[in-house]
Amino acid sequence: MASLFEYAPAPESRSVVDIAPSYGLFIDGEFTDAADGKVFKTVSPSSEEVLSEVAQAGAADVDRAVKAARKAFEKWSALPGSERAKYLFRIARIIQERSRELAVLETLDNGKPIKETRDADLPLVAAHFFYYAGWADKLDHAGYGPNPRPLGVAGQVIPWNFPLLMLAWKIAPALATGNTVVLKPAETTPLSALFFADICRQAGLPKGVVNILTGYGDAGAALVEHPDVNKVAFTGSTAVGKAIARSIAGTDKKVTLELGGKGANIVFDDAPIDQAVEGIVNGIFFNQGQVCCAGSRLLVQESIHDELLDSLKRRLSTLRLGDPLDKNTDIGAINSAEQLARITALADTGEAEGAERWSPACELPSAGYWFAPTLFSNVTQAHTVARDEIFGPVLSVLTFRTPDEAVAKANNSQYGLSAGIWTEKGSRILAVANQLRAGVVWANTFNKFDPTSPFGGYKESGFGREGGRHGLEGYLDV
Amino acid sequence: MPTTLTAFADVTTSDSALRRFLHGLPGVDAVGLEARAASLGTRSIKTTAKAYAIDLAISMIDLTTLEGADTPGKVRALSAKAVNPDPTDRTTPMTAAVCVYPDMVATAKAALNGADVKVASVATAFPAGRAALPVKLADTRDAVAAGADEIDMVIDRGAFLAGRYLETYELIKAVKEACVRPDGSAARLKVIFETGELSTYDNIRRASWIGMLAGADFIKTSTGKVGVNATPANTLLMLEAVRDFKAQTGIQIGVKPAGGIRTTKDAIKFLVLVNETVGEDWLSNTWFRFGASSLLNDLLMQRQKLSTGRYSGPDYVTVD
Amino acid sequence: MSESSTRLSVFKTYKLYVGGKFPRSESGRVYEVSDSKGKWLANAPLSSRKDARDAVVAARKAFGGWSGATAYNRGQILYRIAEMLEGRREQFVREVGEAEGLSKSKAAAVVDAAIDRWVWYAGWTDKIGQIVGGANPVAGPFFNLSTPEPTGVVTVVAPQDSSFLGLVSVIAPVIATGNTVVVIASEKAPLPALSLGEVLATSDLPGGVVNILSGKAGEMGPHLASHQDVNAIDLAGADAALAKELEIAAADNLKRVLRPQPVDDWNADPGTTRMTAFLETKTVWHPTGSLGAGGSSY
Repeated sequence: MASLFEYAPAPESRSVVDIAPSYGLFIDGEFTDAADGKVFKTVSPSSEEVLSEVAQAGAADVDRAVKAARKAFEKWSALPGSERAKYLFRIARIIQERSRELAVLETLDNGKPIKETRDADLPLVAAHFFYYAGWADKLDHAGYGPNPRPLGVAGQVIPWNFPLLMLAWKIAPALATGNTVVLKPAETTPLSALFFADICRQAGLPKGVVNILTGYGDAGAALVEHPDVNKVAFTGSTAVGKAIARSIAGTDKKVTLELGGKGANIVFDDAPIDQAVEGIVNGIFFNQGQVCCAGSRLLVQESIHDELLDSLKRRLSTLRLGDPLDKNTDIGAINSAEQLARITALADTGEAEGAERWSPACELPSAGYWFAPTLFSNVTQAHTVARDEIFGPVLSVLTFRTPDEAVAKANNSQYGLSAGIWTEKGSRILAVANQLRAGVVWANTFNKFDPTSPFGGYKESGFGREGGRHGLEGYLDV
Repeated sequence: MPTTLTAFADVTTSDSALRRFLHGLPGVDAVGLEARAASLGTRSIKTTAKAYAIDLAISMIDLTTLEGADTPGKVRALSAKAVNPDPTDRTTPMTAAVCVYPDMVATAKAALNGADVKVASVATAFPAGRAALPVKLADTRDAVAAGADEIDMVIDRGAFLAGRYLETYELIKAVKEACVRPDGSAARLKVIFETGELSTYDNIRRASWIGMLAGADFIKTSTGKVGVNATPANTLLMLEAVRDFKAQTGIQIGVKPAGGIRTTKDAIKFLVLVNETVGEDWLSNTWFRFGASSLLNDLLMQRQKLSTGRYSGPDYVTVD
Repeated sequence: MSESSTRLSVFKTYKLYVGGKFPRSESGRVYEVSDSKGKWLANAPLSSRKDARDAVVAARKAFGGWSGATAYNRGQILYRIAEMLEGRREQFVREVGEAEGLSKSKAAAVVDAAIDRWVWYAGWTDKIGQIVGGANPVAGPFFNLSTPEPTGVVTVVAPQDSSFLGLVSVIAPVIATGNTVVVIASEKAPLPALSLGEVLATSDLPGGVVNILSGKAGEMGPHLASHQDVNAIDLAGADAALAKELEIAAADNLKRVLRPQPVDDWNADPGTTRMTAFLETKTVWHPTGSLGAGGSSY
């Protein structure tokens, strides 16, 4: 970093967001305490400051919320699609109006840089509601036959890596198709969902159509297993995804699962190198690598390995880690102490197994949960860091010699969520993309998202698609 | 670090060898390049860094007038402004150079009166470059003889687009030789590609390498006379080229975006590009310039705002 | 067609159809198959878990070629199956009639429907991609295309009652899109399924694309449902208890599961859901950008 030209801190103002000292569960249009009165604290991962205290839902609260959603379903599903659409358009607009507030809130509660919440998360959240709003009165034309019916009550459990965006991916298609919702945000990032509850109230959404239960995994399990839930949507770890798949066996519940990944980012020797370097960085360091579709395995053609690694190291040295509210921050905080411990343990395993570890000179703040951008070279398919999802800013670099070998290595994983291809040769893009067993393939780009673009995995990365016309299917009785 | 071009000696032995080399350079993905340039444009520069950036930008300006209507009076006014950009604040740095047509070099030189502001002259049948080689060389020698410290030449875009890369290379080499003064010193050579006419990013990267191999001291985006001039993306691409060239040869080459940079905000975005792509080695007017005219007044107004706390207005900077 | 009363007819030994070959069960076991009135028809192989394992290996091996074949080629082969069946129509009318206790005319209607079902799916191979895939108008300089791809190796528990039309109705949609299949035939009426193997073997269908096992779904099912190299399972012919057991086992590697659905009439329009149940959607992003450096974002 140039000493002559240090960027002065440019923090986004916290004053745009007013966080209350405590929040209740949002059930049937009202904020309410948990039946047993339990609460838990949510902290800012960049400072460990307690942001608020929120109600901790238990089984009784799940039951209450499902009942509210069931009651609301009758009228909501009978509403003309054009009316449901207008509610969703209202929500989309209010999100746009409050986007700076929500971006700051999300950065505080999650630890990701304001640059990302401002430029990626929030615009995508609003766009998702806009997109599905338009579907609500056009379902007859969606390719699922005439008058496709909603399923009923959707139980939705979302992760902490994109709290509000995952909420949008779940709630927008559910409401557009006429379902009602009980959603549980992750315990480390409950706040944006609670602010969303307020947005539902501002939009005049009928009571009980959206219910938000903050809490831990037990509440999520109770929701998934509740007998009056018709649809289960989950984004999170593959282990929990498998448990959910088992728990709903033999029921009529429809399920979609968006789970883990170990995305291969394949760089051929004729790649646009400077853009590939950016794509690699974006692929693994976006959101501190806490992204299920992260390009965490770099497969680089052996002939350009050294050159690419040099470029990559040079580029990593310019990444700015620190205060997530600083507009110049590239790398924010890890979401929780637990996640930090997991990343640390896996990185240590990589080192112990003989992979070569490298990080740029990088000062970590004293408070909060931080992990320096890390690169492992001399990694083989047998290394733990090439196989296990780390869910952190850790890139494993492997090599290949031929396109066949690249594809074979890329596919050699129990996961199949994402992959990247970097080459200037168009026919090679198409040939390789054809062979990759992954739900999303980025050619000469990475980590791009759009509400019209279906997202979801092959193999143990889950099933069902979110986004686009495909995203309707999981919420319709078809 | 090697400081030699010998590794590339084979590259310029024939048209076909040069073509093979240029077409073997990594391709450029337009969307990715533009996205990176745009993302660097969101960097937020504040307080002390901003004051530093404004002064740096002022000191990097080649204050330019390249009009058919240029007169000695106009050039003298410009020169005075280059030496003393803000009469109300003598701490304001001088610009790097004034940039004029060859016939105005002597006027500018005299007007600058020994101040540490260079005289840059466009040459080689600027801006179109459509003239015979002897004319271009005479144009260059004329400017050098009149006292030009720097020569801003244009490449023959026609030759480049027709695939005559070696001819393009030889032209630059010839002009480079024409920059040598009788005492053996030489004017610094800036090579203008007219990126707007080269059209593709791949062409800009190839032209950059031709220029660097032929001995350019600076590579420069444009003449300011066509629709698309300097952009964050084409400047980023050229910065990547000089970065790669230095890594492979040890030879450092300057970059000059020109045309279309009018505001302080724009200029700071370009400085961020420099800082993040090639680092502080390039953060001086020896290695980075802005070809601009109206930019200076905007920088001066921002500078006044920083020192007084009030927003300035156009009546508080000089019109030249 | 009546035989001379003095001539002894030649029985057929029913065999499995695995990897394009006709093995006996590696276990050496068989079980008696009777008609609806209890009359012995034949001994069918009682497949073991090892037969199931071999079938998965064969199906996996065939997957690359079959999924990589052009949709037109797959359609041609599915149509060829219909042609071959048409030629052996009488045999299947007899076997289906015996298996399901149907009159000759009713059995003929079932066989005709099964033949027509192959024709229906033969026509789908090069259309399903257009119906369920397409370009997505993303908000940026990208070309974004979603295409359906086969899930991989699919295990099918075939319907118990509809031994032939039901069987064809569950395996044809799976292979039409490029999947390969390991099917457990109706336990009590496996003979039409085993005979279908003979048709498939002469229809240009590459070996291993369809693998047919006879025996007990309750015995083989759990091994196939938990098999880590099987990508999906269709529980059409499993009863509620077995379906639940297999669905739980299938979660081990997150198989796509098609739960048993009541089918009143196998003659009804099949729709597309049996195809889409075993399709993945792959979405590929390509930058488009501008033609030149001057064009797009400035």
